[in-house]
Amino acid sequence: MTRSKRFEVLDARPVNQDGFVTEWPEVGMIAMESPNDPKPSIKISNGVVTELDGKARADFDMIDTFIADYAINLDNVEKANAIPSTDLARMLVDFNVPRSEIIPLTTALTPAKLTEVVSLLNVVEMMMVVSKLRSRKMPANQCHVTNVRDNPVQIAADAAEAAIRGFAEMETTVGIVRYAPFNAIAIMIGANIGRPGILTQCAVEEATELKLGMMGYTAYAETVSVYGTEPVFMDGDDTPWSKAFLASCYASRGLKMRFTSGTGSEVQMGYAEGKSMLYLEARCQYITKGAGVQGTQNGSVSCCGVPAAVPSGIRAMLAENLFAMALDLECASSNDQTFTHSDLRRVARTIMQFAPGTDFICSGYSSTPNYDNMFAGSNWDAEDYDDWNVIQRDLKVDGGLIPVGEDEVVAVRRRAATVLQGLFRELGVTEITDAEVEAATYAHGSQDMPERNVVEDLRAADDLIKRGVTGVDFVKALHRSGHDDVAQTIFNVLSQRISGDYLHTASILTEDFHVVSAVNYPNDYQGPGTGYRISPERWEQIKSIRHAVDPATI
Amino acid sequence: MNERNQLMDEKTLRAIIEEVLNEVSAGSAPSKAPMGINGRSGSTPAAGSRTLTVTEVGEAKPGTDPREILIALSPAFGTTMFQTITGIPLADVVREITAGIEEEGLRYRFIRLYRTADVGFIAHEAAKLSGSGIGIGIQSRGTTVIHQKDLPPLSNLELFSQAPLIDLPTFRAIGKNAAKYAKNESPTPVPVKNDQMARPKYQAIAALLHIKETQLLDPRKKTQELRVEVR
Repeated sequence: MTRSKRFEVLDARPVNQDGFVTEWPEVGMIAMESPNDPKPSIKISNGVVTELDGKARADFDMIDTFIADYAINLDNVEKANAIPSTDLARMLVDFNVPRSEIIPLTTALTPAKLTEVVSLLNVVEMMMVVSKLRSRKMPANQCHVTNVRDNPVQIAADAAEAAIRGFAEMETTVGIVRYAPFNAIAIMIGANIGRPGILTQCAVEEATELKLGMMGYTAYAETVSVYGTEPVFMDGDDTPWSKAFLASCYASRGLKMRFTSGTGSEVQMGYAEGKSMLYLEARCQYITKGAGVQGTQNGSVSCCGVPAAVPSGIRAMLAENLFAMALDLECASSNDQTFTHSDLRRVARTIMQFAPGTDFICSGYSSTPNYDNMFAGSNWDAEDYDDWNVIQRDLKVDGGLIPVGEDEVVAVRRRAATVLQGLFRELGVTEITDAEVEAATYAHGSQDMPERNVVEDLRAADDLIKRGVTGVDFVKALHRSGHDDVAQTIFNVLSQRISGDYLHTASILTEDFHVVSAVNYPNDYQGPGTGYRISPERWEQIKSIRHAVDPATI
Repeated sequence: MNERNQLMDEKTLRAIIEEVLNEVSAGSAPSKAPMGINGRSGSTPAAGSRTLTVTEVGEAKPGTDPREILIALSPAFGTTMFQTITGIPLADVVREITAGIEEEGLRYRFIRLYRTADVGFIAHEAAKLSGSGIGIGIQSRGTTVIHQKDLPPLSNLELFSQAPLIDLPTFRAIGKNAAKYAKNESPTPVPVKNDQMARPKYQAIAALLHIKETQLLDPRKKTQELRVEVR
């Protein structure tokens, strides 16, 4: 067959390297509105939910029971669920109805009702609702700091650079799990050298993650996963109650945490029960609410390739962010995983959260080139920094980043690597050489770094935990190494868990360790001229991209 | 055949989904599942030059031999699935992992779990039943974990989470390193690979392949000892 040259060109386009699948509701390969999704209903008898979304209490699975008993605001339940879904959808979009009136209603809806309401919205309407329902007044951003070799010196330098670029939260993870203590130390030190008050975490197995938090290696946790069907929970030897217990472990130690969930995880794990990805994610958000957790990371997250492969999948990711906001939760809105070869598609996916602003637009943005991203690649990486900055400037949108210069970046990277070198020496762990400090100062990625002795690193990292070295020991060691300012900063980070103010919904810290949250800065958007507006100072930052020509110089 | 056509051809995907659905409609009880389940043996259809034959030989028992590695297979491995996500014959995968163990002078046994298809739990079960305390868990699509019995189930010694990046030399290195851990050595971990475009290419198909695994689960069925032959 003679091939059309047009189609040959089209077939070679990046978008056609992506995986697409037609809908198949029977196995749950459908983003929204599966014919098998339940119809909304709720019956209450003596303060107990006896029917939920078409199911009698006797037929509840453990997720239904958990949601019925803990997640729904029963005070308004009859009033809220009686409102026609179209009316509720219009109230959501109407900026004359403030967030403070919406939340008492949306937190009283059943999962199927909330799914039905949100499914009535097109993406522009959904973005409008995000502007209004996001919990914190001002948006922020989060990044990943990882590398394929788990090189701690590079992590410290990349975190420091990411901090001056504006990220409010940072997370690392590991290629080799035994590197976790080093990665956690490196990101905490680097981030807080770049800008004091950055919250850091290390995503690993849940028990290890909690232990690192309790020992002061991290300031928050995020990778506590919940799922929308019972078998997926049980596959991980978990229940909503065990996850709620884990959440309370963090809360009792004064550590910020959020759950993680997202569309596509159930079908990815083989147990979607024929329900739409979005309906199952609604159940996850109710589990999160019922567990008393302040927030969620959702938006398909690491399962992004699944909803993105089916129709309306990207819209479903925005819809699930909306669930979180409608339930009065902090929303770290994903935009953190590669799902496409197409630059156009990845921008289209992110505009949904970037334009209205979320508590964390990306969760997170890869602060390294994607070949070093150990979350298997983010939708945005270090090579896109200037693109992001220019799009902020083009649209006058606060996407959380600040344009910075090369000298500033080089200096802060050197400082982070140097301080980590001193800290490692004082902690008696593996040496960081001057050559490594130099390489990390100028590196783009791990390909620019000398190799470390992995076996010795792993032994030393394991030994740190065995010796019971804690965050307080980091503070002392930083003092001994002559970095009193960094010692003070890390001390301040650790002190947050004593006051606990940053356990409030959607908290971030300023460089003076002032908590900014949905409690002291609630989103009060009610149309033009209200809510978060870019200040003149912030606009100057956003405008100041590196390569703009000053007409006065011509 | 180029990669895209091989992996993302819609007909292929539909065929996989249809197969899954047929299994669903036939009832997911393992007694009605395809060959290789319930003690019957399955062998490779003409996929590669080698033939993989997996036979259940009774309930798996804890080992006492400190020089053994336990390899745990997911439910579909060698029963309904015979290739990894990138088309590597599972017969070759088994051959390379076991060769890696043998190079270090250790022995191996195989088991299969029916309780879960989660690779972390599969590997942890292997470690718990292994005489050396070291186990390898592997899913049919290729995802592999080296585990140690006293670690939390979802932790690991080494994790190879991106199935499309695991080639045969990596499988051999996995076997070799598992054996070294069993000998109380501290091997340099097999270098981690990362490809940010693996997800866009493979995630949807990985979901479908995983459904094929979970359809074969049976929470009532105990972990089985296997006889695995590669010819």
